[in-house]
Amino acid sequence: MIRRLGTGLAVLWAAATASYVALLLAPGDTVDILVGDGPDTPEIRARIVAEWGLDRPEIVQYVSYLWRLLHGDLGRSYQAQRGVGEILAGQVGPTAQLTLAAAGTGVVLAGVIALATAGRGRWARGAASAAELVAVSVPPFLIGIVLLSVFSFTLGWFPVSGAQGPRALVLPALALGLPIAGVLGQVLRGGLEQALEQPFAVTARARGLTERALVARHALRHALIPAVTLAGWFTGTLLGGAVITEILFGRPGLGQVAMQAVTGRDMPVVMAVVLLSAVVYVTISTLLDLAYRAIDPRIRT
Amino acid sequence: MTSPLLDVRELRVGFGPAEVVRGVSLSVEPGECVAIVGESGSGKSVTARALLGLAGPGSAVRAASFHVAGRDALAFTPADWRRLRGGFAGLVLQDALVSLDPLRTAAAEIAEVLAVHDVVPRARRAGRVLELLDAVGVPEPALRAGQRPHQLSGGLRQRVLIASAIAADPALIIADEPTTALDVTVQAQILRLLAERKAAGTALLLISHDLAVVAAVADRVLVMKDGRVVEEGPVRQVLAAPAHDYTRTLLAAVPSAASRGTRLTTGTPRTRPAPNLSGQVLAATALSHSYDRRPAVAEVSFTLHEGETLGVVGESGSGKSTLARLALALLEPAHGRVALHQRQWSNQPERARRPLRHRVQLISQNPLDSFDPRHTVGRLVAEPLRLPAGERRERVLDLLERVGLPPGTAGRHPRELSGGQRQRVAIARALGPRPDVLVCDEPVSALDVSVQAQVLDLLADVQAEYGTAMVFISHDLGVVHHVADRVLVMKDGRVVEEGDVEDVFIRPRHPYTRALVAAVPRLGVPAA
Repeated sequence: MIRRLGTGLAVLWAAATASYVALLLAPGDTVDILVGDGPDTPEIRARIVAEWGLDRPEIVQYVSYLWRLLHGDLGRSYQAQRGVGEILAGQVGPTAQLTLAAAGTGVVLAGVIALATAGRGRWARGAASAAELVAVSVPPFLIGIVLLSVFSFTLGWFPVSGAQGPRALVLPALALGLPIAGVLGQVLRGGLEQALEQPFAVTARARGLTERALVARHALRHALIPAVTLAGWFTGTLLGGAVITEILFGRPGLGQVAMQAVTGRDMPVVMAVVLLSAVVYVTISTLLDLAYRAIDPRIRT
Repeated sequence: MTSPLLDVRELRVGFGPAEVVRGVSLSVEPGECVAIVGESGSGKSVTARALLGLAGPGSAVRAASFHVAGRDALAFTPADWRRLRGGFAGLVLQDALVSLDPLRTAAAEIAEVLAVHDVVPRARRAGRVLELLDAVGVPEPALRAGQRPHQLSGGLRQRVLIASAIAADPALIIADEPTTALDVTVQAQILRLLAERKAAGTALLLISHDLAVVAAVADRVLVMKDGRVVEEGPVRQVLAAPAHDYTRTLLAAVPSAASRGTRLTTGTPRTRPAPNLSGQVLAATALSHSYDRRPAVAEVSFTLHEGETLGVVGESGSGKSTLARLALALLEPAHGRVALHQRQWSNQPERARRPLRHRVQLISQNPLDSFDPRHTVGRLVAEPLRLPAGERRERVLDLLERVGLPPGTAGRHPRELSGGQRQRVAIARALGPRPDVLVCDEPVSALDVSVQAQVLDLLADVQAEYGTAMVFISHDLGVVHHVADRVLVMKDGRVVEEGDVEDVFIRPRHPYTRALVAAVPRLGVPAA
């Protein structure tokens, strides 16, 4: 477990360093970006260099960047002239809402479909797996566009954009959650069906259990093992997909921030977003490791 | 006159167009032990499961009449079946490692029965679980109750499974190969446990491929072949005076002390040249090896002569397979050494050993694991041959013919073959490089008794023809008694007794050997 935490920290350090290197390699001069459209004289340039410490050797800048990170200081945005931490703090909320809602939608849909169709007739399974295939193979932005044109433009049930109230959350959460439901549903159903064919399932039936109790007490736990592995993968999908979904639905959030920062070469913000994603990823995969141990007590390392 | 617990006439079970049970009639009276004996594919397991309505998805079950607990089972709804399962009849399957849910504790599995059939109030379930574990002879029930299958030995797992089957105090226990994956001493314990349940008044339906296991507990026996009952009657009568040819073949095919020097498939005497005791082929001196500081093989020495068969017996974990790997020099010993033809064999770089590799070949328990599934049989057999491409094909066909396989087998894949055919392919491949030593690690353990007889006869023929020396590892004392000249008895990595096979098995000196020999179930000696 301590080793797990150590690896987590190493991943975070690697993410910080990689984004720092990316900043160094990025085309264009930092001072140009900082000057922007403002007055451009050698004196102003010299003042900017001194103020941001750009005259120091790169390695010193790197170490002082890491040092500030350790103290929770994410630096200042080149464009907004505000603390990066402050910018992100305002935008984390809507993104967290969106990703959690999408994850919840995905898990609930997958669970319902898998439980309803595992081991059933060919028709039900065929229909479910066709739907899953579509959800997996169509890119989320296209799902988003279809949802928008049907439910917002045509039917007018949900707002086209914004983040006001729960109604505005429904379509983005579906667009982001459906692909997850597709993959997870397939894996869960496969796991359930495999577990229901094992000899221990025969033993359990021979005790007089109903099929429903068999699924609840035995098979589901076995099916969860591959599903938890997948959960690690869809954390990444959610974070990446959130950017596109937020832009498509005009929602405020980290996606918008990241988009603006990338186009404006506002590297401190880009780096902070990368780092934040890494923190989320490491936290979730550590939690999943714990979940593994709870589900499958045979794992003891 | 009490009515039978179970009575079925003309039971038929089909999966799609294939009918695997074709008209089986059987009944079980209260307190009686009925056994069904047959080889794989005989339909015995499907019969047993169909009796609980568990023939499986896609199965079609029909019968002229079918009564369970005095009620008409042909009219049963799923709910009717569920009430009977566990409550009226408990099921014990083979290999509890997979028949118990690997993610749940022993206590949870047993308590499940108590809950489903509401045997005792919730508050008393935990206590009842411990009583049940104690009743099936699990030591330290409180500790074991909290453990999961992978933490329990094979014998303990099987006891837990039996405890869960008897938890609701059923009138009938259906046990499908309850001792098959177990060591002989553990098998004896489990059989004793089942006999105790019978003595307590529970009826038993015992399914087994092993006539000897059945002889120990059953009152009546049904012999099944290809979905039909070919013979039935009291155990004593069927074993002593079998009426059907198939039963006779089955009985004759069982290797034992009595079958030494005969061909198992025909029962005719077999001659073979005596081993050349002056020609030493393989010699091991004080071999030791440990895994994670746990000794697997300790201080083992042996000598193998030309044309000789050295049997190695012992229970699981006794170090037999590690010894095989050391003899093959696939594993370097931590201490000691192995010599081949009085030249260095172990403790040298693989490069130095490679020119001699072809002289020592392995035949393993499950050849499928040692075959590349994408290769054809022809390619598998050709692989170790160092011949020009032109002669290779002819030699492969020669080898296949030698092991009794038609030439057409060369183009097939191992998955398409039966277990016995696969083992023949393994023997053909091992014989290809004309080895001096064959190391056979449980070569017939996965085979039915009639197929086992064919493979053992084939190995004996090969030895007689080529004078090959064999290290023959098996947990089955009867098989070793049939094939071996000398025998090593292993326990916890050490050789506890060795010598001429007749001396060791008929006049065992070491207490462990005596326990092993006593635990072997014997034909024709039904329990009193």
